[in-house]
Amino acid sequence: MLCQECGKRPATLHFTKIIGGEKTEFHICESCAREKGDMIPGTPNGFSIHNLLSGLLNFESAGGAKPTPPPRCENCGLTYSQFSKLGRFGCSSCYTYFADRLDPLFRRVHGNTVHVGKVPKRTGGLLKYKRELESMKRELQLRIEREEFEAAAQLRDRIRELERNLNEA
Amino acid sequence: MNERFFREALSDWMKGGGPEPDIVISSRVRIARNIRSHPFPLLATNQQAREVQDLVRQVVAADGQQQLGEYEFLSLDQLSDLQKRVLVEKHLISPALANESRGGAVILSANEAVSIMVNEEDHLRIQCLKPGFQLKETWELANRIDDWFESRLEYAYDEKKGYLTSCPTNVGTGIRASVMMHLPALVITQQMNRILNAITQVGLAVRGIYGEGSEATGNLFQVSNQITLGQTEEEIIDNLHNVTRQLMEHERAARHKLMQESRVRLLDRISRSYGILCHAAVIDSKEAAQRLSDVRLGVDLGLIQTVSPQMLNELTVVTQPGFLQMASGEKLTPEDRDIRRAEMIRQRLNPAR
Ligand SMILES: [Zn+2]
Ligand SMILES: [Zn+2]
Repeated sequence: MLCQECGKRPATLHFTKIIGGEKTEFHICESCAREKGDMIPGTPNGFSIHNLLSGLLNFESAGGAKPTPPPRCENCGLTYSQFSKLGRFGCSSCYTYFADRLDPLFRRVHGNTVHVGKVPKRTGGLLKYKRELESMKRELQLRIEREEFEAAAQLRDRIRELERNLNEA
Repeated sequence: MNERFFREALSDWMKGGGPEPDIVISSRVRIARNIRSHPFPLLATNQQAREVQDLVRQVVAADGQQQLGEYEFLSLDQLSDLQKRVLVEKHLISPALANESRGGAVILSANEAVSIMVNEEDHLRIQCLKPGFQLKETWELANRIDDWFESRLEYAYDEKKGYLTSCPTNVGTGIRASVMMHLPALVITQQMNRILNAITQVGLAVRGIYGEGSEATGNLFQVSNQITLGQTEEEIIDNLHNVTRQLMEHERAARHKLMQESRVRLLDRISRSYGILCHAAVIDSKEAAQRLSDVRLGVDLGLIQTVSPQMLNELTVVTQPGFLQMASGEKLTPEDRDIRRAEMIRQRLNPAR
């Protein structure tokens, strides 16, 4: 099926919109979808980014390989299929419960899956400790393997100190 | 309640001009944040939405004065539909907050440069606006306000995914930066489609000025970042900053070319629009926007000297339906509005009469 916007590229996104019992279908290619941004002309109420997103999500699950039981957020109760219809999460825990399925979506929307920006100062302090701790533990393992016991003992003491700080924080 | 928010079309920040005012009308940065302990507004009960509003209210009551100067905390349910509409037309709140929110509120600084929405799509939407091309300054202001809330509220944050937002399009930095640009020469010379294409290639989006679903009226375009995950805030701002600069250069080159190659035709078009605005008895919003765009171009090119850019900014806002209605104090039919609109424009452009 060809894209109904440009009529050139194959349509890869398919939407169904039902307004007042009237069903309208849209078939467009990704590049047109991106170009139109929020709005696809010819639709009376416009097409919000959420509709577009939900199209992406439905499409992915429709074309998916093996049917696994869809996840559900234990915190707010939102199911993955509800999420894919709404295009929005119910709470911050949804990110954890749907984690397995989100990276392909993030890659499509953002081209990336990992945050590299701002770290809240409060969490940031802890995060720094945790990352330092992990790397020290790896080093400790290495020292022990090399039988550098004096250096290992010093490291062990510093790890304990860090862990104490972490627990107090 | 400060009535000025609803009566005056121009926020104080709009009156100051700002850098590159002939092309960049304003710079805006919005930061989306959520409180960890509460479900996002979509699923929140009325009770939970109220709790979020109370949590935010406490923060603002504690040191809002110090952080924002004079400010007002407006709960949406204390506003009339018309008042909400006026705030939308001034870009101080979104249509979604005005129409759908439960427990919705907005915190406005007195000069209206800061507006913080509560219980919109996310618990907090910190929005900062500055006139002209001041993206970096606007980001610094928004970032400072974010730090303030962050020191008093436990945000929903994940080590790998960053700030967790209601919509997956905002996750990561939660930041949406945008510039509102007047690009008439690029439209006249039919370069816009090509340029819009190029812009979407670098992860930016372009919209009409009144947000989602509206078309670009009066050659005003809002250019904003699309990507929020996998880039730092500084990269996002820099990227938009550089693209805005390039767009400005293209627009200036197109204006220059028009002046050189078709000066008389351009002057004719601009003068006709000015004449119509000065004398029309009925004008719809679309035509008004287009004519105002022509006059703005005329002012920027020095072809019209009797109108100030500030006046044009004001006219762009006061000719919106909500404002017209607010100013007239009665319910207006579309036909009434077109008459009122023409009247308002005539009054402002011909102050002598
Ligand atoms: Zn297409
Ligand atoms: Zn959830």
